[in-house]
Amino acid sequence: MKRLFFLDGSGPPLGHMLLALGGYLGGFDGNFLWNRIGAEYSSNVPVWSLRLLPALAGALSVPMAYQIVWELRFSHCAAMGAALLVLIENALITQARLMLLESVLIFFNLLAMLSYLKLCNSQKHRPFSLSWWFWLTLTGVACSCAVGIKYMGVFTYLLVLGVAAVHAWHLIGDRTLSNVCVLCHLLARAVALLVIPVIMYLLFFYVHLVLLCRSGPHDQIMSSAFQASLEGGLARITQGQPLEVAYGSQVTLRNVFGKPVPCWLHSHQNTYPMIYENGRGSSHQQQVTCYPFKDVNNWWIVKDPGRHQLVVNSPPRPVRHGDIVQLVHGMTTRLLNTHDVAAPLSPHSQEVSCYIDYNISMPAQNLWRLDIVNRESSTEVWKTILSEVRFVHVNTSAILKLSGAHLPDWGFRQLEVVGEKLSPGYHESMVWNVEEHRYGRSQEQKERELELHSPTQMDLSRNLSFMARFSELQWRMLTVRSDDSEHKYSSTPLDWVTLDTNIAYWLHPTTSAQIHLLGNIVIWASASLATVVYVLLLCWYLLRRRRSICDLPEDSWLRWVLAGALCAGGWAVNYLPFFLMEKTLFLYHYLPALTFQILLLPVVLQHISDHLCRSQLQRSLFSALVVAWYSCACHVFNTLRPLTYGDKSLSPGELRALRWKESWDILIRKHQ
Amino acid sequence: MLCATSRFLAATALRAQPRGRGPAPRCRRRELHFPGHPELPLCDFLTGQLGRPSVPAGRRAILRRGRMPPAVGGGLAGSELRVRRGRCGSQAARAVGPDVAVEAAARSHKRPAPGSRHFEAAGRWALLALVTLLSFATRFHRLDEPPHICWDETHFGKMGSYYINRTFFFDVHPPLGKFCASLGSLLVPFAYLTVLELSKSLPAALLTAALLTFDTGCLTLSQYILLDPILMFFIMAAMLSMVKYNSCADRPFSAPWWFWLSLTGINLAGALGVKFVGLFIIVQVGWNTISDLWHLFGDLSLSLVTVGKHLTARILCLIVLPLALYTATYAVHFMVLNKSGPGDGFFSSAFQARLSGNNLHNASIPEHLAYGSVITVKNLRMAIGYLHSHRHLYPEGVGARQQQVTTYLHKDYNNLWIIKKHNTNSDPLDPSFPVEFVRHGDIIRLEHKETSRNLHSHYHEAPLTRKHYQVTGYGINGTGDSNDFWRIEVVNRKFGNRIKVLRSRIRFIHLVTGCVLGSSGKVLPKWGWEQLEVTCTPYLKETLNSIWNVEDHINPKLPNISLDVLQPSFPEILLESHMVMIRGNNGLKPKDNEFTSKPWHWPINYQGLRFSGINDTDFRVYLLGNPVVWWLNLLSIALYLLSGSIIAVAMQRGARLPPEVEGLSQVLLRGGGQLLLGWTLHYFPFFLMGRILYFHHYFPAMLFSSMLTGVLWDTLLRLCAWSLASSSLARGIHAVGIVSLLLGAAYSFYLFHPLAYGMVGPLAQDPRSPMAGLRWLESWDF
Repeated sequence: MKRLFFLDGSGPPLGHMLLALGGYLGGFDGNFLWNRIGAEYSSNVPVWSLRLLPALAGALSVPMAYQIVWELRFSHCAAMGAALLVLIENALITQARLMLLESVLIFFNLLAMLSYLKLCNSQKHRPFSLSWWFWLTLTGVACSCAVGIKYMGVFTYLLVLGVAAVHAWHLIGDRTLSNVCVLCHLLARAVALLVIPVIMYLLFFYVHLVLLCRSGPHDQIMSSAFQASLEGGLARITQGQPLEVAYGSQVTLRNVFGKPVPCWLHSHQNTYPMIYENGRGSSHQQQVTCYPFKDVNNWWIVKDPGRHQLVVNSPPRPVRHGDIVQLVHGMTTRLLNTHDVAAPLSPHSQEVSCYIDYNISMPAQNLWRLDIVNRESSTEVWKTILSEVRFVHVNTSAILKLSGAHLPDWGFRQLEVVGEKLSPGYHESMVWNVEEHRYGRSQEQKERELELHSPTQMDLSRNLSFMARFSELQWRMLTVRSDDSEHKYSSTPLDWVTLDTNIAYWLHPTTSAQIHLLGNIVIWASASLATVVYVLLLCWYLLRRRRSICDLPEDSWLRWVLAGALCAGGWAVNYLPFFLMEKTLFLYHYLPALTFQILLLPVVLQHISDHLCRSQLQRSLFSALVVAWYSCACHVFNTLRPLTYGDKSLSPGELRALRWKESWDILIRKHQ
Repeated sequence: MLCATSRFLAATALRAQPRGRGPAPRCRRRELHFPGHPELPLCDFLTGQLGRPSVPAGRRAILRRGRMPPAVGGGLAGSELRVRRGRCGSQAARAVGPDVAVEAAARSHKRPAPGSRHFEAAGRWALLALVTLLSFATRFHRLDEPPHICWDETHFGKMGSYYINRTFFFDVHPPLGKFCASLGSLLVPFAYLTVLELSKSLPAALLTAALLTFDTGCLTLSQYILLDPILMFFIMAAMLSMVKYNSCADRPFSAPWWFWLSLTGINLAGALGVKFVGLFIIVQVGWNTISDLWHLFGDLSLSLVTVGKHLTARILCLIVLPLALYTATYAVHFMVLNKSGPGDGFFSSAFQARLSGNNLHNASIPEHLAYGSVITVKNLRMAIGYLHSHRHLYPEGVGARQQQVTTYLHKDYNNLWIIKKHNTNSDPLDPSFPVEFVRHGDIIRLEHKETSRNLHSHYHEAPLTRKHYQVTGYGINGTGDSNDFWRIEVVNRKFGNRIKVLRSRIRFIHLVTGCVLGSSGKVLPKWGWEQLEVTCTPYLKETLNSIWNVEDHINPKLPNISLDVLQPSFPEILLESHMVMIRGNNGLKPKDNEFTSKPWHWPINYQGLRFSGINDTDFRVYLLGNPVVWWLNLLSIALYLLSGSIIAVAMQRGARLPPEVEGLSQVLLRGGGQLLLGWTLHYFPFFLMGRILYFHHYFPAMLFSSMLTGVLWDTLLRLCAWSLASSSLARGIHAVGIVSLLLGAAYSFYLFHPLAYGMVGPLAQDPRSPMAGLRWLESWDF
């Protein structure tokens, strides 16, 4: 909204962009702090238009459920049943009425499935007609939108891809088609289902990065180069720095790894303690640490070992890959040094210090070879922000590395920097880049200190290509981890099937009106039951068919398998992967899977009525049962309605009566 | 060594030549037996006019036979199409003799002279013996160097404590080294036989054997006392016996069939018993069995009873037998290791009760908890440990600066707590007071015995789990404040309100904040001595983390009862030790800023593992695959996927393939497919694992990949040769191709053998080093 840059671990930007679009159309200026659950929206927030999109998506899911079952070639009754079940599912309603993304995700999932089914059905009569192309493209677009909203959408995308691959394989086996025709089919599918989603996905990010051009709260996670490309923030500082680092340059060095916190190479007057707590000795030289805040002590000067000056010649002599340099600490003018002394917290690595000449038998070893990691040629110049460099110690071939450990109090709890000599492999914690940079001009120490305190300025703008920014952003999104492993309403996947958990979304500040994410328990139970029945029946039929006993006519068998592949498969791919995930899980993660499960329910019911009820009497009996069951579901819906809409304040007694399961956490005010 | 290599190559070449020349005249000779088709001169089908449908079956076999690019052994591609008879078990090696088999199948009335058959069989056995010999030679060469213990000791020390059953493996050294090396050497003949069985082609088998023999990585790995050679041995043995019993499929329930089937089961048990990586081969065998059964089930000529027999046999041999063996190893393990050791704390109280030497073994302690009892409190979740406190404060900035409370896995005096009434501080052990039992719902205070501080909690965030409250030790000599009060609750209360030692599962609920005492299982930093964090969680969910039991109990005023009732049953022990192992395994997580080997490094041979020695004066051994072999493997997988999909699409389109090509593509799709499945199963699961990974985890997958390479190159060269048509040229191409691959592997082994046998001298960056030019990748550091 305010075009601040932010980063979200759970999903790509499309969903947030869509929400923002709703807000934009409603005239929202983005000036609202979304900080506390239950806070009142102020008057400038167009709640209605912000919530419009999820609600719309949720509403459209109902007719789509109808369409899908119909396109699966089941009866109107079954289709109507599916639509009605989706209609009275409390959890879906709750989720769609609030500004949340699940309902949009479900909408796109269903859309992808529906358009694929339409495609299959038009495949038989009119391939390559206009409507065929339309549905094919729509499948790809809907898939990419689903992925674009939440990464969970990937599962549905893969399912659609899998079904499409099986169909394509049958197509290849179809001998009535010519080779060229088959090739055209395959190419069209590849373009629509592989190329279009990739392009769309890139497009989302492009728009995202174009819109979010200002720096925001999540800047720190990204690399310097990325930050420099955002307006404000680091860009304000780095704009106009000289690009090439030369001998005599004054620089700050940021560690690329950025974990546990982003920090800069730092040193200060204090020395390592003579003896550590555990009895080991140190060199008692000046500490070198990594400091997570901007500080004048973060400045270092790149020095040519052969000369004594600390200023930049004119013209500046750039530093190249493989050159030997010394690093001088700006404020104390001591040289960065490492030697065969164990580091304070990582004893297998070398201590890094700023050398103080104590006149003992420990000569300075302060030569470092510059190793530009992302170089393109072997004589690459060291560039500000862009170059990622390693410092290899000349004497011991140790590499300057951030160990990630916090020093004790004597080191002011800053991060430990060590010389790693054991594994010279690549790791980001060994790589540094220059963030702030200027050419040093002052000869005298006093002037130099003054210079270090003054802000940098100069003019030169620099931009990162879209692809580079995209790949970095994508990588960070996938790797960023939130540590909050527990939440009051978090749950495990096993709780979801039996609806053993709920989420309280909102509680009225004074009355006990409240909104809960709570499903229609009749539908949940019967949907799970339907899945089990489906799987059992499928196994039974498969075994019988293998022995050449066909219970079903061929066309209804194919219908049955396709419905299962899409609905039961959709449930499985959206549910089972959660068992492998380590992040915090909530009940609403189950909703996409649940939607597919609900679609399966009428399919199974119709199948039982058509094929397993032998006489007319049985059939009518079964229909009566289904009607009774449905009215039961309606009754449950009606009972839970106050918790879904949050429109009625209930008395504690009524609330207690609604607490059907021990594990449901319904909020009851103690002092009404 | 080099001498042996060259001798081997000479032998191969020599063997190849006469055999290569052999078939052509024989073909011509055989033509004479078919005067009915004189218009089909042999040379015609040799030049590629193939696959005439009108040719009778017997004739077609001959055609195929004649068309085979006949280089070394002339592996019979079309053999898959034949009904396989009489080629079971140990006869298989002989049966692969394609000439014999085809002839037998095609024209049973004319058998070749038994002498020649024996000669062929002898040749095959000789080759196998040669391969085995070479493999042993490379593995045993300089086996006793270096004499000091190699490998990352810290790593194995840690592993040792987690995999408790393995501890006794490590302390026996000298005989085990030989044992490992011989198991490692057996891998090569196993691979040879497997490929022979899958592809029916001698050159393919030879190529595979050579790749494995000349791979420095496999060699290094099998020279040291590690679990991996044993694991790989079992994996390969299981694979081999599975392939063998597949080829006996036409003679079900015969003796060899039973033999190979049960051998598969035994090897599976062995593989799983060594390492959990053995699970993957089980998945592979399972998959193979299921598809096998599915085929049998679809075969309408078999009655359901027969299918049922098949199913039972497989259940018996592949499920019941391995499980029995596996449990038996555990039974032995528990019987051998029935002494208390340092790892006790990982296990539950009941488990400890069966370890002699543990204070719970045959112990008798008071049954019900009373005020004044001195107790230790153990978390119910495995590998969390005892509630613990010590004379150290939480550091500045971590909550309130009060005494630390942690959980600790080992037994220690600091684990002792005194249970007291919340409101009085009098000594309840005073004999003048009557005994008062603690009951469910009582408000109590837990005083740390050594430091006399009370278990305390307050509204400060816990050190690691920010949403929980901090738990500290507070107060002086037992006098604290109301934040020291806890309500004790029994979770599994049946009747009575007393609290039983060991058997009651209890929760401590903080009275003021309403939170529950629990352990988050996270390791505290250095200041907490790397013990586990204890928190008070405001979420009242019932997880094992917040449930405790009382383990030790000292109260002189109460009578002791015997604890024999606690003896857990064997399945319980088994289950528990597995839980502990899995947790321990998952616990081996890499820290940030630590170098770890990533799975994508492995197939490209990105980085090796230093076995011993760092500096240039040391005797250095570096575990690194032979790059030529590994990169060839990598290339082969890509090639396989390409050629496999081309063939599959062609077959799905119903293209009419000539019989030779069809035979070859069957080999490629079926045999190669199984090997590819093996590679996939042994490689890709590692991407999902969160634990620390090492380079040597890739080696089982590498075995499969090498076998695939053998099959692929042999088949591709045959296809190539076939498309070039002219028989002599085709033969030549095939022979040259195979021999050059063999030579390449051998030469690269000559180059890289110091990696495995150890090297002294300057590092490879130094131009004076013997390995100077061989540091092909920056990331290799030998």
